[in-house]
Order: sequence, then structure tokens, then C-alpha cells
Amino acid sequence: MYNTRVRGVLIKGNKSYSDITHEVLRPMNDKTPMWWWVTAFLATGALFWGVWGFYNTITTGIGAWGLNNNVAWGWAIINFVWWIGIGHAGTAFSIFLLIVRQKWRTSINRAAEAMTIFAVMAAGLFPLIHMGRIWDGFFIFPYWNTRGPLWDNFNSPLFWDVVAISTYFMASFAFWYIGMIPDFATIRERTASKIKRKIYGVLSFGWIGNAKGWLRFETAAILLGGMAAPLVVSVHSIVSMDFSVSVIPGWHTTIFPPYFVVGAIFSGFGMVLTLMIILRKVYRFKDIVTDGHFDAVARILTFISLIMATAYLTELFMAWYSGNEYELFTFMQNRVTGDYTFAYWTMITCNAIIPQLFWFKKIRKNIPMVFIISIFINIGMWFERYVIVVTSLSKDFLPATWATYSPTITEIAIFVGTIGLFLLGVLMFFRFVPTIAISEVKSVLKETTTLKSFTDED
Amino acid sequence: MEKKYWQSIEEHLEVKKGENVANNKPQPEFSIEGLDETEIKGKSSRRDFLKMLGFSVSAVALVSSCQMPVRKAIPLLNQPADLTPGVPNFYASTFFDGNDYCSILVKTRESRPIKIEGNDMSPISQGGTSAKVQASVLNLYDDARLKNPVKVKADTDWETMDKEIMNNLESLSLSGKKVVLLTSTIISPSTKKLIGEFINKYPNIEWVTYDAVSYEAIRKAHELNFGEAIIPTYSIENAKVVVGFNADYLGTWLDPVSFSKQFSKNRKLFKGNTNMSRLYQFESNLSLTGSNADYRYGIKPSQEATVLLNLYNEVAKETGMSTYNAPASPVDVKKAAKDLLKNKGKSLVVSGTNNLNIQLIVNAINNALSNYGQTLDLSRPFNLKQGNEEAMAKLVKQMNNDKIHGLMVYNVNPAYDYYDSKAFVNGMSKVKFKVSFADTKDETAELCNFIAPDNNYLESWNDAEVIKGEMSIQQPTINPIFNTRQFQDSLMKWAVISGVFRDYLENNWKTILPAEGNFKTKWNQTKHDGVYSYTIEDKEFNFAEQKLAAGKPSSGIELALYEKIAIGNGKYTNNPWLLEMPDPITTATWDNYVTVSVKYAEENSLKFEDVVKINGSIELPVIVQPGQADGTIGIALGFGRTAVGKAGNGVGKNAFSLANINGNISLLGKEVTIEKTGSTYPLAVTQIHHTMEGRAIARETTLPEYKKNPNSGNEQHLIDEKNNATLYGKIDFDGIQWGMTIDLSTCTGCSNCVIACQSENNVAVIGKEQVKNRRIMHWMRIDRYYSAEEANPDVYHMPVMCQHCDNAPCENVCPVAATNHSNEGLNQMAYNRCIGTRYCVNNCPYKVRRFNWFEFSNNNQFDYNMNSDLGKMVLNPDVIVRQRGVVEKCSLCVQRLQDKKLTAKMENRELRDGEVQTACSQSCPTDAITFGNLLDENSQVSQNVKEDRMYHLLEQLHTLPSTSYLTKVKNREV
Repeated sequence: MYNTRVRGVLIKGNKSYSDITHEVLRPMNDKTPMWWWVTAFLATGALFWGVWGFYNTITTGIGAWGLNNNVAWGWAIINFVWWIGIGHAGTAFSIFLLIVRQKWRTSINRAAEAMTIFAVMAAGLFPLIHMGRIWDGFFIFPYWNTRGPLWDNFNSPLFWDVVAISTYFMASFAFWYIGMIPDFATIRERTASKIKRKIYGVLSFGWIGNAKGWLRFETAAILLGGMAAPLVVSVHSIVSMDFSVSVIPGWHTTIFPPYFVVGAIFSGFGMVLTLMIILRKVYRFKDIVTDGHFDAVARILTFISLIMATAYLTELFMAWYSGNEYELFTFMQNRVTGDYTFAYWTMITCNAIIPQLFWFKKIRKNIPMVFIISIFINIGMWFERYVIVVTSLSKDFLPATWATYSPTITEIAIFVGTIGLFLLGVLMFFRFVPTIAISEVKSVLKETTTLKSFTDED
Repeated sequence: MEKKYWQSIEEHLEVKKGENVANNKPQPEFSIEGLDETEIKGKSSRRDFLKMLGFSVSAVALVSSCQMPVRKAIPLLNQPADLTPGVPNFYASTFFDGNDYCSILVKTRESRPIKIEGNDMSPISQGGTSAKVQASVLNLYDDARLKNPVKVKADTDWETMDKEIMNNLESLSLSGKKVVLLTSTIISPSTKKLIGEFINKYPNIEWVTYDAVSYEAIRKAHELNFGEAIIPTYSIENAKVVVGFNADYLGTWLDPVSFSKQFSKNRKLFKGNTNMSRLYQFESNLSLTGSNADYRYGIKPSQEATVLLNLYNEVAKETGMSTYNAPASPVDVKKAAKDLLKNKGKSLVVSGTNNLNIQLIVNAINNALSNYGQTLDLSRPFNLKQGNEEAMAKLVKQMNNDKIHGLMVYNVNPAYDYYDSKAFVNGMSKVKFKVSFADTKDETAELCNFIAPDNNYLESWNDAEVIKGEMSIQQPTINPIFNTRQFQDSLMKWAVISGVFRDYLENNWKTILPAEGNFKTKWNQTKHDGVYSYTIEDKEFNFAEQKLAAGKPSSGIELALYEKIAIGNGKYTNNPWLLEMPDPITTATWDNYVTVSVKYAEENSLKFEDVVKINGSIELPVIVQPGQADGTIGIALGFGRTAVGKAGNGVGKNAFSLANINGNISLLGKEVTIEKTGSTYPLAVTQIHHTMEGRAIARETTLPEYKKNPNSGNEQHLIDEKNNATLYGKIDFDGIQWGMTIDLSTCTGCSNCVIACQSENNVAVIGKEQVKNRRIMHWMRIDRYYSAEEANPDVYHMPVMCQHCDNAPCENVCPVAATNHSNEGLNQMAYNRCIGTRYCVNNCPYKVRRFNWFEFSNNNQFDYNMNSDLGKMVLNPDVIVRQRGVVEKCSLCVQRLQDKKLTAKMENRELRDGEVQTACSQSCPTDAITFGNLLDENSQVSQNVKEDRMYHLLEQLHTLPSTSYLTKVKNREV
């Protein structure tokens, strides 16, 4: 088949269309491997622990957590923002790279989108469980009622959150699902099992792959993409407003919306790297998800890391430049120095310093290193949220009210439970859905690229 | 009938068959055609049986599990004329527990007392209360109270008990064996008269008065100097300079409520008044008074006499009195002496140390300054603290020598609080006949054969004469809840005096009230007012000089015991409100501890919560206390009780045994050893950061600066006011904008308001563990800050509750609009709407919002008053008990506002200023809190807001609070 060494290819290995189909669907046809069962078992265990955390919280009250009169938000909100951030990657990946015509995205976008769905699901649990009266949670939706003037408060960022996240979830889900329709049809055609054929038949909406169908499909994808693109920006901007709309020093900053969106993409891409490296390894997708892909993502992360560093520096600068004694205290005496230095400097190290290693090609090409750095990014971004939520609340305006916060076992259980839920979702995805967009990969199979990442020698 | 068409022959036959059937038998309306045979015959198959079984079981389970809880409400069969459900009745009464006195109004709802207010008509307490007084209503509903008379640890009935006790008393009387009636200080003339009659009936009875914390040295010193063993009335109000020595007169010493009232009169600044008294305090522990003093000096207890003698010499030099040789004073007394001399006759020196020599020096100084007859009134002495230490010591000795055959204990608990309680307990084991009148099975009552449980004071009749000439009435506000009988009725029964004490009291008052006029009218008026004064002629007293001596120097660590403002000497150790009240100085709850000086802690590397052993026996955790005098440590009394009730048992350690027995029983000065144990013990404090970090939170200035510039110390306010700008229009109010001012100059931090608020608003008690988790539910807290040097800091007390911002950060962020703004400026909470996101808690810059972390009522995890049917009777029915998961906070007592608004509406008039009071402002003993309508130009609160000292807390945030603070002014030289 036609190929050239001068310009890099996106898909390696001189594959035919049917090779692609075979390779991507192979895991679904094979016997479920042992590692899948082991991981699924562990994930279910984690999930059950989380269910216990939920149960304990609902039966005893939020008092089961480590919060207090001063620090009234803790791990629940930290983890909520962390998961939402991770949930940014898929849609951002697909849509932004679509807009900038980065065709290499096709190998990764399906998995990234799936990750988005499960991460947003995990994130959505936290606002629920952190409510004092979860049984009255429906008050937050604007619905007709008999309470007269007592309605939702449209000024509240929490209300915006509800709207933004549910919209984002629905749009992401639709985008992900519609992208899978041709692939479901492929499975339907290939499977021998009657039941599977029935299921995938329903899932594929009777896709027959005719030109009309493709035309509609493309249009729907572009339309949805266009709709979802602003959501990527809005959802984390709005999450950031939970903080920036408040008066608390360390929260009340105008930099938050862009800073949060960039941070979210940062953590999302980090998580994409983590998952794709695993996926590629266990399913041997080396030719479809090439080192060139990781190299490209690593380059993006390096750039975002610089933006993060700029944001951190800007925060410090503004704290000083504003002349606001409270803000100065929060940043200089409760983050850079003080009780929470560990969290702050972990954040700086993991988010702004370690990713700079990606400047070196050797490291970008060293997949274990890339994997480790991607884990560091995930940790660093968790600490960023920890720093924002806890340090700002623990020492705010009146020193008499200052308090410290540490989580209880229940909060840890809930967090671990959501990791279990996420993992279980990802495992199901690995098992029952084509993890790589077959039809899209096929569309770039014959393409070459001028991208540096892909042109370099192996 | 419908015509039937057929398509085939078969079908035709079928139709025909049907027709035949129809023709033969008329079709009934209900047809059983198509049913199985078994179904028609009513038999059920095994399957059906299982179905039915399943249905009925699940239906029963569903119905039974949905049963509503049974709530008890007993309507009145015959409704009393003056009782309307929902409308409170107020009764004037008197609080006296053997130590503290307060004239009070008791608020009752549906015949149960739920709140204590100060009695405005009292010239003594003047409408003020203390935390103990506020919380005393909870003691009425204490589960630990005895429900029946007890005979040898088993319940009995009064008849049996009366018979046995009278038999015992009579046989002891006939054989002339000694019986002792051991009581607390009794200030009731009627009770005293009754005890006299009781002793007449049984002449073998000796009456001994005992105070857990003795003030005998003051009486003795006055006996030596003036010939009468009295405690004079101190007038802090008339004193321009008050020099205190280990006397916490604003917190615990003698009559703190009335002293606080007087203190505030002398410290209140307003336009046109720049006069202020000056307070000097020489002390070992940092007391509430010390924290409010203008000049404070740390001294060791052993130095007190020396310092006083130096002060005396300084004064005597100028006034021509004889001086004494004294070692040099460790602290400067010249300044205090100069001020005292400048204010001869308008000054006051007091000491709380129960030491005769010290009290003699104090008297000598006051005499040299001609304060007697001016700020010290010998003609109208205090009747408080009549305890006799010698008599008590003799009693213990005689008990141990088998000389005492009967003991009757009323309102005291020496088995717990006598310094040598072992000897007392040992002595008691040798006494055959022991009667206690305790209302709970306390440490002493446990050792008695009989307990004739006394009523709670809210169930009893009595009177009181706290200061000679100042009488007050105590009347019951509820029928005895249990099968108890008030002490006086028991005495009357046993002394065979007919009638009840109510009539006895009334008869006695016939001799007290003036003879002219109708007694019934006057008596009713007295009961209505709660107080009655009669004039006393001034008596002549001549000062007899006594020899004075300096103190013996000591190099060891000296202990200074003290009473906590909340717990006192242990009477209230089972009161969860008081146990959870943060100490105004240390902010600690639920424990006692050792306060050590910063220097000592550094030298011995002691940290907060390190456990130390005192005298090798008592292990207590440490609090490093700025202001603790070098070479001293402090421990609070009242803890370590073993038989007080479920809340207080085993809380802290008993320190009474560490009293200094040198002449008199003094709380101060025992030399102790202190060793580190290496272990730690958690302490629940409500504040972990103690400085203001240079922020303009509690603002202060000095009097000279204030005179020069009334804005001094408050410059930030002018800047903030100038910078305050908004894009939004002015807020519209509906005729009323509720507002509050808090004068930091007069606020002493006594925490009375915290308990008043808790009592009014059903604030939950959450226990030590949750306080430690920083989840205290108090709607009102007193922030305490230190500044200046660690060894002797300046202290600021700052009450903070919801500031009711007109631009409230909390309102903006609630997603369900559960917190919103009223058109009267209130920041309101709709508990039913709250879903508990706690965003408002975070966004409140004052951190006054409280989240219900748990279900605090009906929850065995929080086994306090809201978990018992009896304890719940104290709840204010006008205020809902908040559910788990909702946020609550100060409502400015919205139920009171509504009540008074309705009253005014019914009377078709406008609200008067001062008519509406919040719980905190009403009972404030220093009138630091003012509440009213900011839109009313003439209201007191509007006047206060116009003061130059006014500022809002964190006003640069533009939250536009309705609450303002007035700068603290210290009467110090620049």
C-alpha cells in the first residue's frame, strides 16, 4: 500500500480497512481477559466502599465528614471539581482538535469522550451527596410549585452549575453516542450472536452506511460539535464561579474562569494520556495509537503547563498588587508558607514544573516516563483544587474563626467509590464498545501528516 | 342485541351455540363465564395462596412502617383565666443558688418556665443577668433531679419519710444528742426565721453555714476594723478608680451582675460625655476583670500582701497615716497610688483573696482614702457569703470524733467541694442520721440515709435580702414537676408548724411591709414587682487600726484556683449549656485545665494539651495562657464531679483539695509541684488563633486620644465609608430597619448573651467532640483577641452574631433562595427551604452561619436536653428546632420582633424604642448591646450609629451590615 517515509503517517503498519475493524473489535470478541476481571473486582470493591460512604453520610449527616463551621466545603467539592476537570478532556479533545483540523485526534477521541462521560457521572455524585438534605435536592430545579415567590435563586452560581453540568453531560453524551453509531453497525454486521446483533442493531439505530446516512451523520456531528464547543468553556467557567463569585480571599478573583478551563483541559489531557497508555498496552493498539499521538499530547501539555504556571504567578502578583491584606495573607502566609505549604508546593511542582520535562524529546518518547508524568498531573490538579477550597476557607477574614480541616474515612470512601465507578465505566467501555472510532480512523488511514510528532523516526 | 355475522360454517355454529345459551338462560349482569371452576367455588390454589400471602405481608409491612410517631399534647381540662395558649406570662422572681443573686423575670409558656430575663425594677441587678442565671432554667428540666424522696437509696413517699425523720429528730432531741443543720448562705429573712423556729423545736440542732468558696476574711477584717463582721456594699458606679487584687468582680466575685451594671455606667461614652472610670487589676490568672482593666499587673499570690502594703504606704504617706516596713513591690504601685490619691472618696480597692492580712490592708487603704461611706457602704452590707470556716472545721472534727449524731445538709455539697472532703466523707460515715435536701443525688446526698428533695427554685416560694434593705420575692412559676417538696416546707412539717411555707412567707411579710394600707394590695404589688426596698439609717463606724504585714516571699510555683464564669464552684456542672459555653478567656469548653504562663511553657517546653501532674496527684492538660503571672498556674474549680448527672460526671478534675490553708481557706497561693507526663489530652477550644493579624477588627483607642479626636482608632471607617460605592440603588425598607450596636468599651465578654441566645433560640448542645471539631452551634460567639506583649496582653472581647447585611454575600449564593432579605432589613432563613449546600456558610465573611451537621434532637449520640422528654420542655415553642442538614443563624430574635409588632398593631400605635429587645440585648449586664429601629431618628440605636466610634465589621467588603460596633476606649494615658 502507498506510504512514504518522508511524511509521517497517522496510522502505522500498512493496514487495510478490514485490519482496522479487526484490530479494534478484537478485544470485544476475545474471551474476557483475567486482568479485566481483577480490575473489575477491585473497582467494584471500591464502588461498594463508596456506597458505604454514601450510606453513612445520608444516615448520620454531613457531620460524618471533617468539615466545620469555617471550612464548610472539603473533599466533596474538591473531588467534584477534579472530576469535572477530567471530564473536560473528551469533548475538548474532539471539538478543539476538530476545529484546528488535527486529524490525529481520531485515534483517541472515542476513549477521551467515554472518559468524559464517566468522569462527569462521578463528578455529579458529589453535589448530590454534599447536600445536607439530599431528599430535598429537587428544590434546586425550577419547577412549578405552590410556594409562591420562593423559587430558585438565579443569582446563585450553584444554580448555574446545575444547568451547565447537566447541559454539558447531555451534549457530551449525545456527541459520544452519535459518533459510535457507525461502529455499532459494524459490530452488528460482524457478530455471530443473535442477542448481540439485536442489541447493537438497536444501538446503531438501523444504520446502513448509505451516503444519505453519512451525510446526516456528518452534519449532526458538526452541529453537535458546534454546540458543545462553547459548553466546554462554559462548564468549567461556571464551576469556577462557585468560587470567584464569593467574597472569600483566594476565591474572589477574576482570573478564575480561564484559569479553571485551562486547568480542566490540563487535567483532562493528563487523564487521557494515563488511560490511552494503558489501553494501548493491554489491547496492543500500538499502530493506531502511535508514539506520535503521545508526543502530540505531551506537547500540548507542556504548553498548558506554562499557562498554569502563568496563572499561579498572576494570582500571587495580584494578591500583592491589589494591596488587599486578606488576599495577601491567604496567598503568602497560608499557601506559599504556612500550614498548607505541602499542598501548595505539590501543586506547583506537579502542574508547573514536572510537565516541563516534556521539553525533552527523550522523555516524550519514553512511554513509562510519559505515563508517570501524566499521573503527576492528575495528582497536581487534585491538589490545586485542595489548595483553592481548603486554604481559602480555613483562614479568611476574622482570625478568631480560623480552623483547620482534614477529611474523615467517610469522605475518603466516597472519593475512592467514585474512582471505582469511573473505572468500572471505563472497563465496561473497554469490553462492550469499540474503544477507537473505527469509521473515523478509517477516514485518516491514508493520510499523512506534516506534524513533527508523527514525522520523526521511531 | 347486536347482530352477529359469520364467515364460515364453523363460526356460524359457534355463534349459534352462543345464541342458544343466551336464549336458554338470561345473562346476569355479572357473568362468571370464563372463570376457572376453582375460582368460582372460591377455592384458592397454592399459587393464589402465595400471592395473597405476599400481598398481605407487604401491605401490613408497608402500613405499619409508615406509622406516624405519637406526639403527646395534653390540653387543659379547666383553663386558668390568665393563661392563653401561645401567649407567655412573666413572673417576677429571684435567683439565688447559695452563691449568686439576681432579680429575675421568668417567662412561662403554657405554664412552663422557658426563659429567664433580668428584672428591670431591681436596683441591684438592674435587668442584667449572668450566664448561670440564664442557664438555670435548664436545671429545672434536669433528668438527674430526684423524682421522689429517697430513703437509703430507695424511693419512698413523704409520709413514711416524715414519720421516720421526725421520730429520729425527736429521739435525738430527747437524748440531747447534737444534730447539725449545714446550709449554704441563706439570704432569705423568712427562711432564717423558720430555721430559728425549727431549732426552737429541736434545741439540739446547731446551724452551720458553709460556702464552697469562702469570703470570711472580708467579714473578719471588718469585724476587726469596724466591729461588725460584714461585707460592705461596693459601689463601682461611684468609683472613678477601682484597684482590684485577684477579685474578678465582673466575672465571678461576689455579685458580678450588679458590678457589671455599675461598671458600664461608668464606662459608657457618648456625645458630650468623656468621663470614664479607670480600672487597675493586680492578679495571677488572667480574669475577665483583668482582661477589661486599663492597667493590669501580673503578681504571684504570695506577693499580693507586699504589693498592697506598698500601695498602702504610698497612700499613707500622702494622707498622714502610719506606714509600715515593706519589701519593695515587684510591680509598680506608684501609678495606681497617684490615681487613688487624686480620687479620694471616689475610689475603691478590693481584693478577692480570702486572707485576713490582705483584707486588713485593703480596708486600711480604703480608710486612708476616705472611701468608707462613699464607695463602700457599711450600713447596707451584702448578705452574701455568710459561711463560717471555723464552724465547718469544727463540724468535720466533731463528726470524726463521733460527737455529731445527726446531720442535715441543705444546698451544699462538702463531700465534693470541701478542701478536705476526705475528712468530711469519713466523718459522715460516723454519723447515724443524715438527711439531705439536695434536688439531685449529689456526692453528699449519696452518703445520706434520707434525701428529702428540695424543689427547683422555679417551683418554690421564698424571699431574699441580698443587701440590707433590698428585698426580693421568689415565687413558683410551675407546680413541682416531681414528687419533691421545698426545703422550707419540709422544715415546717418536721417542726410541726401548720400550713405551708407560702402562707408562712406571706405572714412574715406582714411584718416587713409597712403597716399602713391594705396588706393584700401591697403584697400583690411586691410579688408583681419582685423587689421591695426599705430605707436604712446610716450608722456610724469608727475605724480601728490593725497591724499590717507584708507577704512571705516564695520561690515555688504557686497555684491560683478560680471559679469559671459558666460553671462556678460546681453547682452547674451538669448543665450542658454552661459546660459548652466557651470560657471568655481561654475559649475552652467541657473541661478544666492548667493555665501556665508563656514563659513557663517555653522554659519547660509545654504545649497546648500536654498533660501535667499537679502535686503528683491531679493530671490535667495545659493551656498556655498569655497574661498568666510568672511563677503561677491556674486551675478552675467546679469540675471532676462524680455524682452530678450524665452531662457533667467525670468532666475535668476536682481541684478543691488544692486550696491554700493558711489561716483562711484561700483559693490562691498554694505552692505546688508540676511535672510533665508526656501524654496529651484533647481540649475543645473554640478559637485557635489569638491575634488580629494587624487587621482592623476590634478597634480601640485611649481616652486622651478619644478626647482629642473621637474618630481615633477608627480612621479606617472614614476611608471605607469614602470608598463605599455601589452601582445599585438604595434599599427600600418598610418603615423599619432593624439594627444593633455593640459597644466594645463596655462589653466585658461575660458571655451572658451567648446563653441567653441559646435559651431563647433552642440552640443545640453538641458535646465536646463536636466542639473540638469546630462545629459549635452558638448563634452568637465572643471572639477574643490578644495584642501587645505575651506576658501581659491587651485583651479584646468582641461579640459576633449575624450582622444582617443589606448586601449579604450569603443571600446571593443560595441556589434555592432559602436565605433572603426582609423589607425590615433582616437576613432571614427559611429552614424548610434549605437543602444544605453550605455555600452561605462559606461565603459569610463573619462565619456566623451554623450548619446542622447531625440531628441534634432525639439522637442518643447527643444525649443532652433535646434528647429527653423532660429536657425538651425548656424549648421555646416560638422557635423551631432545626432539622439535620439545614443552616441556621441569628435571626435577631425575629419571634420577639413579630410579637411586639403585633402588640403595637393591636394597640393601634407605633413601636416604641426599646420595646423590642433581642435576647442578647435584653439581658446584657453592661448594656453593651443596643437594639432598635435604625429608621427611627430618635431611637437609641440611631443615636449610637451616629457616634464617631461607630464602624462595621469588615466594612470594606461592602456588605452593609445592620450591626455596628463602637470602638473600645481604654482609659489609659498615651
